[in-house]
Amino acid sequence: MLRDVWLIATKDLQIEWRSRVTFSQVGPFAGLVLVLFGFALDANRPVLLQATSGLFWVTVMFVSTLAVQRSTSIETTDGARRALLLAGIEPAAVFVGKSIAVAVQLLVVEIVLLAGVVVLYSAHVEAWGLVFATCLVATVGIAAAGTLLGALVAGVRARETVLPILLLPVLAPVLIGATRAFDDALGSVAVDGWSWLGLLAGFGVINVVLGALSYGVLLEET
Amino acid sequence: MTNPPIDLPAHTGSRTTRLLGVAVLVGVVTMILLGFFVAPEDDLMADSVRMIFVHVPSAILTYVAFSVTAIGSVMWLWKRSVWWDIVAHSSAEIGVIFCGLTLITGSIWGRPTWNTYWEWGDVRLVTTLILFVLMVGYLAVRSMDGDESAVATRASVVGIIAAVNIPIINRSVEWWADRTLHQQSSITDGKLEDWTLFTMFLGIVVSGVFYTWAMTHRFRIAWLERELRDGDLGEAIAARRAEAAASGGVS
Repeated sequence: MLRDVWLIATKDLQIEWRSRVTFSQVGPFAGLVLVLFGFALDANRPVLLQATSGLFWVTVMFVSTLAVQRSTSIETTDGARRALLLAGIEPAAVFVGKSIAVAVQLLVVEIVLLAGVVVLYSAHVEAWGLVFATCLVATVGIAAAGTLLGALVAGVRARETVLPILLLPVLAPVLIGATRAFDDALGSVAVDGWSWLGLLAGFGVINVVLGALSYGVLLEET
Repeated sequence: MTNPPIDLPAHTGSRTTRLLGVAVLVGVVTMILLGFFVAPEDDLMADSVRMIFVHVPSAILTYVAFSVTAIGSVMWLWKRSVWWDIVAHSSAEIGVIFCGLTLITGSIWGRPTWNTYWEWGDVRLVTTLILFVLMVGYLAVRSMDGDESAVATRASVVGIIAAVNIPIINRSVEWWADRTLHQQSSITDGKLEDWTLFTMFLGIVVSGVFYTWAMTHRFRIAWLERELRDGDLGEAIAARRAEAAASGGVS
């Protein structure tokens, strides 16, 4: 099982490494959103500083829909899904492997975004440990929920529009929890950021279990 | 094999649904009379207290309807039961209406009471909004192309994802808001007048009967649609006729 997970994750990451979609499209898109927020908030530095955590995670949410769509389209082109099924790999392993690949890409974008908010919004990070822990735990949940819903809309004509409708409300707890944890790490609001990690971890565990259980049905039937 | 000549039923009613329909009509008229003329004004909320006659029953039926959808979704994935799949779909459609009604009446009630149509600090309001959006997503999945079985499977997974994530969404909003403006239970805090309480409970019963009535019709329509698509309409009509004959009514 672990070998299969590794195979799927490296397969997706290799495809990404060769096509450079995250690097050349998703990354710049994330940066662009940060710049647009700057315009929208009239480059008002105190407002930007106060809203940094929220803007960071809203951007991650947008990026996650792109990353998931990309991950899904890898399997829908050239009948790759059927080949995956015929390869006899456990669907749960496919799910975990694809989730890891999405998570790695999101983490890379988050690092770029972190640099962006420090440079563009003058954000001052007070607790780097909390920032990295939040990114890691929140990203696991986002990747798991995204991969599951991505498989759900795979092969449908309207998937580009349906995926955000399904994914973004499900990610509401991640947006809330990760934003609060970042508020603490950036010192913008006096809250206990670490206590929010429990909620993010709970979300991650629930969605990983849900995905591992139902991915097979979606892979075979849809 | 050719199907027997199609003799479409004029409607999806039966003696039972007519009884339920009449009960809903009588219930609504009684509620209007009690709500506007018998139940007194509230000391704090004045006339706006009357909004709870619609708001509380809608909220309860929202959660009932979506729970039925979640159960139906599990049953589809577990037993491949078309019956449960149609129940899940029908219940979600009616649930979205109740959920919308809950949000609208809550907003209208909030304006005079909280001085705002929308309050982000209120946990139940925000959770209900997210639930509404999730279920609209469920219906969007239902309308996607693909064969019936695949659509049912997709929708079932969405129904389960929504049901599983709702408690965690509620918990996150609760911590996030730190406090809630929402009325603590209007039913148990003992501040409501007897007639107000009675009217609200009547509202819950009437809404429950309406839900049953609407579910029955929606289920029958969906079942007939499916039979029509499968080319087995003749059988469905025969079954409906037998059902109507057995209950002594006219279909």
